[in-house]
Amino acid sequence: MDFNFTEEQGMVRDGLSRLVREQYGFEDRRKAIASSEGWRPEVWAQLAELGILGMPFSEADGGFGGGAVDAMIIMEEFGKGLVIEPFLPTVVCAGGFLKHGGTAAQKEEHIGAIVSGSAVFAFAYAEPKGRYDYADLETTAKKDGAGYVLNGHKAVVIGAPWASHLVVTARTGGERRDRSGVSVFVLAKDTPGVTTRDYVTVDGRRASEVYFENVSVGAEALIGAEGEGLALIELVTDEAIAALCAEACGAMKVAHAMTVEYSRQRKQFGVPIGSFQVLQHRMVDMYTAYEQAVSLTYLATLRLGSDERTRKLAVSAAKVGVGQSARLIGQEAVQIHGGNGVTDEYAIGHYFKRLTIFDSEFGNVDHHLKRHVALS
Amino acid sequence: MNLEFTPEEQAFREEVRTFIAENYPKHLADFGMREDMEREDFLAWHKILGQKGWSVPAWPVEYGGTGWTPTQRYIWSEENARVNALMPLPFGVSMVGPVIYTFGNEEQKARHLPGIRSGEVWWCQGYSEPGAGSDLASLKTTAVRDGDHYVINGQKTWTTLAQHADWGFFLCRTDPTAKAQEGISFILVDMKTPGVEVKPIKLLDGGYEVNETWLTDVRVPVENLVGQENKGWTYAKFLLAHERSGIAGVARSKRGVEKLREIATHETLDGAPLIKDFDFAKKVSQLEIDLAALEITELRTLAGEQAGKGPGPESSILKIKGTEIQQRLTELTLEAVGTYSAPYMGGVSNDNGSNEHPVGPDYAQHAAATYFNMRKTSIYGGSNEIQRNIITKMILGL
Ligand SMILES: Cc1cc2nc3c(=O)[nH]c(=O)nc-3n(C[C@H](O)[C@H](O)[C@H](O)COP(=O)(O)OP(=O)(O)OC[C@H]3O[C@@H](n4cnc5c(N)ncnc54)[C@H](O)[C@@H]3O)c2cc1C
Ligand SMILES: Cc1cc2nc3c(=O)[nH]c(=O)nc-3n(C[C@H](O)[C@H](O)[C@H](O)COP(=O)(O)OP(=O)(O)OC[C@H]3O[C@@H](n4cnc5c(N)ncnc54)[C@H](O)[C@@H]3O)c2cc1C
Repeated sequence: MDFNFTEEQGMVRDGLSRLVREQYGFEDRRKAIASSEGWRPEVWAQLAELGILGMPFSEADGGFGGGAVDAMIIMEEFGKGLVIEPFLPTVVCAGGFLKHGGTAAQKEEHIGAIVSGSAVFAFAYAEPKGRYDYADLETTAKKDGAGYVLNGHKAVVIGAPWASHLVVTARTGGERRDRSGVSVFVLAKDTPGVTTRDYVTVDGRRASEVYFENVSVGAEALIGAEGEGLALIELVTDEAIAALCAEACGAMKVAHAMTVEYSRQRKQFGVPIGSFQVLQHRMVDMYTAYEQAVSLTYLATLRLGSDERTRKLAVSAAKVGVGQSARLIGQEAVQIHGGNGVTDEYAIGHYFKRLTIFDSEFGNVDHHLKRHVALS
Repeated sequence: MNLEFTPEEQAFREEVRTFIAENYPKHLADFGMREDMEREDFLAWHKILGQKGWSVPAWPVEYGGTGWTPTQRYIWSEENARVNALMPLPFGVSMVGPVIYTFGNEEQKARHLPGIRSGEVWWCQGYSEPGAGSDLASLKTTAVRDGDHYVINGQKTWTTLAQHADWGFFLCRTDPTAKAQEGISFILVDMKTPGVEVKPIKLLDGGYEVNETWLTDVRVPVENLVGQENKGWTYAKFLLAHERSGIAGVARSKRGVEKLREIATHETLDGAPLIKDFDFAKKVSQLEIDLAALEITELRTLAGEQAGKGPGPESSILKIKGTEIQQRLTELTLEAVGTYSAPYMGGVSNDNGSNEHPVGPDYAQHAAATYFNMRKTSIYGGSNEIQRNIITKMILGL
């Protein structure tokens, strides 16, 4: 048993922590969100320079030989600063598909571009009617000679407005919701027939509705075996969930600390509101919820390499526990901030918003409780 | 004991339902609180009710009230909630109006009550300050007598919808040497007086409903003082008790649960309607059970009122449970819309000027914004912690 980070991991964490502190003040973030681009490519370039974008890839693939723990460390720091840049869709999701299912040629073509920061990916998996089921797909990919023709509509694709490339899930066979017949494709966003409607999300990111209308791709667009994509999708999204949980932990840590600090400063009835026991105990409950969330995030991260059942149990446990903690901490933080908590000006509300949307990404609390029950 | 309404009350319900069906403005039907609303939209129903004589049902008949029993008033609010009607804002009708007819002089009654009844005059509440929230009595805004004027200086905050207000009622310190609760006066201020400045505060749903209100050398005639100088705290407390009644929002929440069930029949899980999912349905049922309990608790309070018992500290139970239920309702609605909770389509008052059709289903459009916005309900009107403190002292005697 060892819950320590290696010296190298400590250095990554410190470097990133400094970058977030110096480059990612709340006002900087606000400006970036309001800008027409909606993010900061220069921060992305800095992340590439620091080696962050290459961290979870093996050295053979052109990365720095890190793994899930490194992704966890990185995402936690991002969570502390509410970083909006698309590390999760690009490095964890697209990177994950390439790592676990990509051909040598696909790795060659894309991983280097991810590591250097020149390619940005979005992961188009959700559909208007699919709810959190990756197999409930109306998007189709029909065999056409050596390649495929894609048709369909993907919902709320996070980071798509910034993306150069997309990873897309589509049905190549079978009936809607069958476990077989699901395939994964990688393609450039400017492939003819791909259109998007871009918008801002409530937590300050950008997303798109992505439409595929007779989009022709070659055989080289297919990642993994045709029709057998679901297991790969589940593996990669489990990795994404572990990383997301780490991000939520970072956000919770800051939200809790801000609340404690606010309760020290804010005076009512001649005393700091932090001296009211009813608030003290609730901040203790928030703290306990945070520590439990961290534990479940460690568990999920460390079990990503286990057999499928063990992995899924741990990941679902984390998504449930972290989801519940995120809700509690977000709501209590706002409440203890009083009126200031519901303003746009105070940072705390923005942590609350991010922690709210966290629940709807890759399956909410109910969804993962069900998955846990089914596996138990 | 008996839960049924009397035949007279049933008949009253029919009358009310017909009146609403025939008179509620069509363009505001099922409006909710989410779209970008104009001043005239807020006031449209109020003005119609004013003509009918139904805009201030709870007031004494001599001032234009209806003479309805508390049960009739309950039926009235239920029928309005059924169509999601935009009710008259509380600031005139339920707050300053009762203060004026109870403590004001004849000139004040003659001058201000008609405008409140008709919906002609928009009022706002200037109580809270940046440093005086839950501890309202620590307010610092001063009113200094200068001849036949008060000169007011200070900063108020959280002034709801002051951007549209014609008049405001303000708590000001008139005796800085007195103890906190003493030396406060209740003063009416014409919002167009030089020195009054209103600055909007953006809330985290993206909308603008509250403001900072700055008062710099605002000269107000002394006849705008309500009641006695330095006795404002008494009137303020009287008003807060009025503010709390009706805060449970039962009828509105019932309508919200219906909507939630509707949404959950459109949303699908494993190909079936979400509402058929046991886990989700269970949460909706739990909410309905809590709401039923709250409804009966409110009716018991009403029955007590009808028998002549004034609203006591029990109203704190209504505030706590009512707001918790409203918050859980918006939370479940957010959960129901799933993935489409994320797109941002503007707040209570849309500030992105977008006329584009929303992405995702219409009912998902404001689910997140509403959830964010409703966090306010456990904070304003005396936070739920303060309500619990009230119950601790007044009911438990601790
Ligand atoms: C089954 C059992 C076995 C035990 N075994 C032993 C033993 O072997 N040896 C031994 O010495 N003792 C033993 N105890 C005693 C035990 O340590 C005490 O019961 C405990 O410390 C609580 O004290 P109390 O019962 O007097 O409750 P009190 O101290 O009177 O507390 C009553 C309530 O008030 C709350 N409270 C008290 N102070 C505060 C505060 N400052 N803020 C907020 N809330 C507060 C408490 O949490 C509790 O809910 C045992 C008790 C039990 C029930
Ligand atoms: C949307 C909105 C609209 C509003 N509209 C108006 C308006 O029109 N006019 C107006 O005058 N005001 C208005 N208010 C102000 C509202 O009444 C105050 O926000 C409220 O009284 C809380 O004060 P505060 O925000 O300063 O929080 P604080 O008083 O600073 O409280 C911060 C936290 O500490 C807790 N706390 C404080 N004291 C205690 C205690 N003794 N024991 C335990 N916990 C405690 C609170 O419950 C809260 O959780 C509005 C507020 C909001 C958010």
